[in-house]
Amino acid sequence: MSPWRRAWSRFRGNRFALAAAVVVAALALAALAAPALAPADPLAQPDPVGLQNLPPSAEFPLGTDRFSRDVMSRLLYGARVSLGIGAVAALLAVTIGAGVGLAAGLASPLVDQALMRGVDVALALPRVFLILLVLALWEGAPAGAVVALIAATGWFQTSRVVRALALRLREAEFVQAARALGAGRGHLVLRHFLPHLAPAVVVSATLDVGNIILLESGLSYLGLGVKPPAPSWGNMILEGKDQILTAPWVALAPGLALLVTVLAFNLAGDGLRDAFDPRAAR
Amino acid sequence: MSGPVGAGGGPQPPPRPADNGPAMAPGPAPLLEIADLRVTFATEEGVARAVDGVDLVVRSGETVGLVGESGCGKSVTALAVLRLVEHPGHIAHGSRVRFEGRDLLALAERDIRAVRGNHLGLIFQEPASALNPVLTIGSQIAEVIRAHQHATRSEARWRAIEMLRAVGIPDAEKRAGHYPHQLSGGMRQRALIAIALACRPHLLIADEPTTALDVTIQAEILELLDGLQRSLGMAVLLITHNLGLVAERTRRVYVMYGGQIVEEAPTDALFAAPAHPYTRGLMAAVPRLDSPRERLAAIPGQVPPATAWPPACRFHPRCPLAFERCTTEMPPLLAAGEARKARCWLANSRTVGRADERTDAPTQAGLREPGGQGS
Repeated sequence: MSPWRRAWSRFRGNRFALAAAVVVAALALAALAAPALAPADPLAQPDPVGLQNLPPSAEFPLGTDRFSRDVMSRLLYGARVSLGIGAVAALLAVTIGAGVGLAAGLASPLVDQALMRGVDVALALPRVFLILLVLALWEGAPAGAVVALIAATGWFQTSRVVRALALRLREAEFVQAARALGAGRGHLVLRHFLPHLAPAVVVSATLDVGNIILLESGLSYLGLGVKPPAPSWGNMILEGKDQILTAPWVALAPGLALLVTVLAFNLAGDGLRDAFDPRAAR
Repeated sequence: MSGPVGAGGGPQPPPRPADNGPAMAPGPAPLLEIADLRVTFATEEGVARAVDGVDLVVRSGETVGLVGESGCGKSVTALAVLRLVEHPGHIAHGSRVRFEGRDLLALAERDIRAVRGNHLGLIFQEPASALNPVLTIGSQIAEVIRAHQHATRSEARWRAIEMLRAVGIPDAEKRAGHYPHQLSGGMRQRALIAIALACRPHLLIADEPTTALDVTIQAEILELLDGLQRSLGMAVLLITHNLGLVAERTRRVYVMYGGQIVEEAPTDALFAAPAHPYTRGLMAAVPRLDSPRERLAAIPGQVPPATAWPPACRFHPRCPLAFERCTTEMPPLLAAGEARKARCWLANSRTVGRADERTDAPTQAGLREPGGQGS
């Protein structure tokens, strides 16, 4: 049985992880199919006076907000934004982190030290404030810039993990053996390093998605992430907070969605970690 | 390029070195010739001279032993031959490793890679860890073949299965698709041998090939290696701490201590009468079935760290025969009889006398008595 299949069978045995994975998959599908699923246009304001802050009903499953927009539709489209930013930024961050970590782990000690001290410095910077500063100064920053910022400040931990693994792999006897058989550096990295790094990177990426969604929502809540009227879960909570007592559904819906999503990603990530852990009990 | 060359193309081995006169320079050009090999490691305690001026020769088709305790520099020597010594380690200038007429230490990276695993195979001692756990056995063999020879994916796979068959793995087609953890220790070692021999090397360096295995499996693996060696006509440099193995399997032996060769001799002659006190100590430490039970002799003291070799003769603090000269002057490898040398000031005076005196001198761990007593 291949290591991947073994991990899968272990993952399958973990109820929480499996449920989390199902939730993640459902969320991803919902986000992808938002145009088909959404009952209404997320930006349309059919009647800002007559249909304002309606409670959930058959017509508006999650009610309407104060501009009479359908909360359900906004939630679905918001999922695209939140999950999209989370996935893209996490992928970017993990790629950079794995690249830097691998480079540090394979390079001469001098380069390694230089890279890792750089990472130490970067880790000492307060990430959120750094992002806030840039976004505050850069008015009207596009979503791409937000993604880039999050990715650029989110790869440090991954690089450390990957470097540590690479250093260990370098000493591994099977890597020595491969070198003794004439394997070049490229071959070593592709065939012998990557398959062993992949689990750590996948776990890292999964946990990152959850954290980044949370971070992006925080930024949007502060009005610095995704700008209204485009819906994101963060700015939906922001818009709903003033009516939290009169029309709680407006803020609660995205809030709960956020909670469930982040929880699902974290549980799935933990489940993956356990599934890949060679020491985990069978 | 062509098949096994220089091996005499058959099971007929070259004449035994004992009859061959001086085993050093003359004769056919050696397959592997190590000269003044020095490997240093920069450590926090200072510079460790792990290998310090080793000269060693392996000829086509012959089996040579390299024995010594842990930490004497055997494995580093093997790694240095393939230029696999890693960062804190450094192969000193002036070291020479010639293989099939080429100076391996001077080759470009790309060219040395073409030698590794191709004409020069290496087997590691831990079959459990020398195989990549996430790749199938078959693909690990096919990989080497494809790295060194023009072969399509399916050709390589087919040859990998052939190779698994050759090393005695039953049901080879199925096994080729298995992962290392699905094989037993002995099977894994067979698979490793299959990998090392996949490109039909002219020289195989086997670093403790059986240390990690059960005794019964050890014998099987050694038989297998013997058979393959004969059919492929390759030479083997057998690195081990196991004197019994050396006695059974090799024609010539080098004994290493403290990063240096301290004795070199035809196997029979070595076991008949070790010329270096260290060799004698090693042999005395081997338990024997044919002698009354008594406390095993041990060499007093420990191998000193490679950062602080004793001055002059490196063995003198542990040597029962040491005298003043041993503490002030490093003995060179002195001739100690026919085709043999020992790094000991007493090399000449002692060889014959001691063997006579100690009639209980350990011979080949329970094997036949060598015919010629004196060398």
